[in-house]
Order: sequence, then structure tokens, then C-alpha cells
Amino acid sequence: MISSLLPTALNTIDLWYAVPLIVVVSLVYSATRHEETGEILIQSLRTGVWIVCFMTVIFALLMIVAWWL
Amino acid sequence: MPEEHVGSNIDESIQLKDPYWAAFLAWLVPGLGHLYQGRMAKAVLYFVCIMSTFSYGLYLGSDSEYGVGRVVYASWRPGDKRYPYLCQIGVGLPAMPALVQAIGARNGKAPLGEFMAPPRLQTSELDLHGRPSLHQLHRRLARYFELGTVYTMVAGLLNILVIFDAFAGPIVVPGKEEDEADSDESGSDKESEVQK
Repeated sequence: MISSLLPTALNTIDLWYAVPLIVVVSLVYSATRHEETGEILIQSLRTGVWIVCFMTVIFALLMIVAWWL
Repeated sequence: MPEEHVGSNIDESIQLKDPYWAAFLAWLVPGLGHLYQGRMAKAVLYFVCIMSTFSYGLYLGSDSEYGVGRVVYASWRPGDKRYPYLCQIGVGLPAMPALVQAIGARNGKAPLGEFMAPPRLQTSELDLHGRPSLHQLHRRLARYFELGTVYTMVAGLLNILVIFDAFAGPIVVPGKEEDEADSDESGSDKESEVQK
């Protein structure tokens, strides 16, 4: 069991590469929609959460499909 | 060129100066267009975000033996059309050495050494500068080749949004604009009622 989970656990390390991209994309995207620094930060937080939720849903769907097949 | 003003708010308007020149500067160096327009905070934000993403992508695509920034290169040879470069060039000047290297490689030269140089296509291909082949690069960098490519592509694509922001100002959120208009109307109604 542990031996089969180990490669999966090691692969999740690659997911950390998504974090800087999410931060940067949400900041730049929000900055193109607002001019005030405070508004940009609030919007970027919302965008970041939205991206994470969207990716989680896609991840779950792919997991279900992979499980099913 | 006449100066343009965009008002996302009633109290303030954004000076876009010459939007075409600002858009060109924004493409040339991320944030430079905003610096020209005097939008300092945004200039710093864009420069830091986009250049750090691009630089990290270059770092991921680097190797001690094969050199720096191997994931950013221009190539339109048969068998290796580098389409990601179309996104990477969005970052402007920082991706330009790849074009210089690609033109140099066609003449059998590498003016900037290994930096952003296109790889050889076949291992048997004779190369006087000792360039690695595409196969060797993939084998050596493994998944970091793709990761570096994605990071540099995202940086280039984000700069397209920045160019648009420098050209036309921030995108007005329709819902928010309607709310502001409604609140203004209700405010003016109240004032007129008070005057009556």
C-alpha cells in the first residue's frame, strides 16, 4: 500500500510549481481590471481562490474518470 | 498624438498619454509603458511579476553543462517549429536574444554562446559549437524543460494583458460600473428632491 502511494506523494511535489503561477496570474489579471492598489489586492485574492477552486474541480473530475476507467 | 484620458472613476482619470507608444514600451519591457504613463505602482507590479516568472522559467530550463535559458529559443526548421516562442516573445526585449541566436544559427554562428540558442535536431548533425541536440536537452532537463517552457509562455501571455492595459486603461467591470451609475443617479435624485 505504502509503496504504491509513495510515487503519487512524490508527484504532488510538482504541484507546488503551480503556486507562483497562480499568484502572478491573479495579481496581473486583477491589475488589468483596477487602478487602486487595494482593489487590485482584493480582486487578486478572489481570482486566486477562483483558480484554485477551478483546478480542484478539474482535478476531482480527472480523478473520477481515471478511477472509473 | 493627442493625449487620451480614461475615467474608471468619477473623481480620477487615467492619463494614457500616447497609447500606441505606451503599448509599444509595455511590450518592449514589462511595466515600461506604465512607467511612461506615470502609473508607478502598476509599472513595478508588472515588472516584478512578469520578469520574475520569465526569469524563473529560464532558470528551470538551464543546465550547468548545456547553458542558461534553453527553453526559450526560436526555431522554424522542418521538424522543430517552436510555437511556444510565439507566446514567449510577448515578453519583448528579454526574449529577443532567441531571435538573434536563431538568425545566427542559420549562418552557422552563435553570437551569444549557448544562451537561448536553438538546439540541434539530430545527434549525428555536425556542430562546431558543441550545441546539444533537442533529444539531449529533453533527456537532461526532463520535466523542467516543460515547466520552464510553461513559465516563460505564461510570462509572455500575461504581458499581452499588460500591453492592453497600457493602451486602453483598466478593463471596466460592467457590474461595478452599473452600480456606480445607479448610486450616482440615486444621489442626484436625492439632491433634486432636497432642492424641491
